[in-house]
Amino acid sequence: MKAYIKGISYYLPERVVTNDDLVREFPEWSVEKVAAKVGVYSRHLAAKEETAGDMAEKAARSLFQEYNIDPKEIDFLLLCTQSPDYFLPSTSCVLQHRLGISSTSGAFDYNLGCSGCIYGLAVAKGLIMGNIAKNVLILTSETYNKYLHPTDKSNRSIFGDGAAACLVSTEGLAEIGEFVLGTDGSGAEDLIVKTGGSRHKEQTGVSEIDEEGHARYDDYLYMNGGAIFNFTLEVVPTLIQQILEKNQVRKDEIDYYVFHQANKFMLNTIRKVCAISKDKFYINMEETGNTVSSTVMIGLKDALEKELITSANQVMITGFGVGLSYGGCILRIE
Amino acid sequence: MELQDFIKNFAEQFDETDASEIQSDTCFQELEEWSSLVAMSVIAFVKTQYNKAVTGKEIRSCDTVEELYSLIASK
Repeated sequence: MKAYIKGISYYLPERVVTNDDLVREFPEWSVEKVAAKVGVYSRHLAAKEETAGDMAEKAARSLFQEYNIDPKEIDFLLLCTQSPDYFLPSTSCVLQHRLGISSTSGAFDYNLGCSGCIYGLAVAKGLIMGNIAKNVLILTSETYNKYLHPTDKSNRSIFGDGAAACLVSTEGLAEIGEFVLGTDGSGAEDLIVKTGGSRHKEQTGVSEIDEEGHARYDDYLYMNGGAIFNFTLEVVPTLIQQILEKNQVRKDEIDYYVFHQANKFMLNTIRKVCAISKDKFYINMEETGNTVSSTVMIGLKDALEKELITSANQVMITGFGVGLSYGGCILRIE
Repeated sequence: MELQDFIKNFAEQFDETDASEIQSDTCFQELEEWSSLVAMSVIAFVKTQYNKAVTGKEIRSCDTVEELYSLIASK
């Protein structure tokens, strides 16, 4: 038995914040320079009352409509989010009901960020190969902007909100190959929202200046950009090699690469280090920003629509970031 | 790694600052173009060219280009 991606859709919230909007708040900021480097010109933001669960529902409905999928066909629902609607229950359970998915389906949330798409595909493949499910709906949805401090212009320029939906089944448009996964929890504090969970339930109001001169607020998302960069440059070149070996393919047999769209500068650095040509390497986050767990799905959808990926292609996908967590696999397009 | 190569690589991380403005005794954090984004480029080139990890904190602890070179060379 094999597992396949059968369809991908995504949803971006209505509200768009452009770099011009940001520069009105930060007039001293050289926005063109930053935009040229990080590759983001506008991003979508969830509405005040719009949750990751709401966005995931919209992405799923769009998938059902686009591929004419009856929600009753789905027998497992996975939701990747770090901004769940509640502490409990699992937002996936709420969505089972709202989407009209059968009550005989399994459902759970998993908490990952930039590697979330890869882990979702890995688990979905396992569910199918283990004969536990036949049609697994993976939803990825994130509202990081709600975690950002209003004065945190660096992260506000990078992150966009969004959600993606992907159906994994026993047949479809792309066979899911072998996975390589990894985790390095020693970097947990390099990308973190410290308060609000059980470890530090109450907000502290504490802020300090970090080693790069950025403000670090306990109560908002903090990212040590340099540490994340070093982590990525450490693990991704090896990850690529391991994925090739595990799938028994040569690098020149890979037709296209869709990596987590962290930011343009980081992607270009990885591309150069790994000697991947520009025309095989997807970079497009100009109008979405870094949507965390949804970037790979959005990228795959876009690349399929633009026919950057076509029939019989072998495509490498990877995700890396918060956790720290990483992984990747190869997709074989039918 | 050689100091002169390092200075040349370091200077390439700047878009607007002329390479001639960057010498071994230049206090790089005082350059007008210096920013956390340039620091990120420095982290990237140190990692990719020398396979060494330098942190933002370490970069900020150095005054001159040569000090930064010595710190990285000692890793």
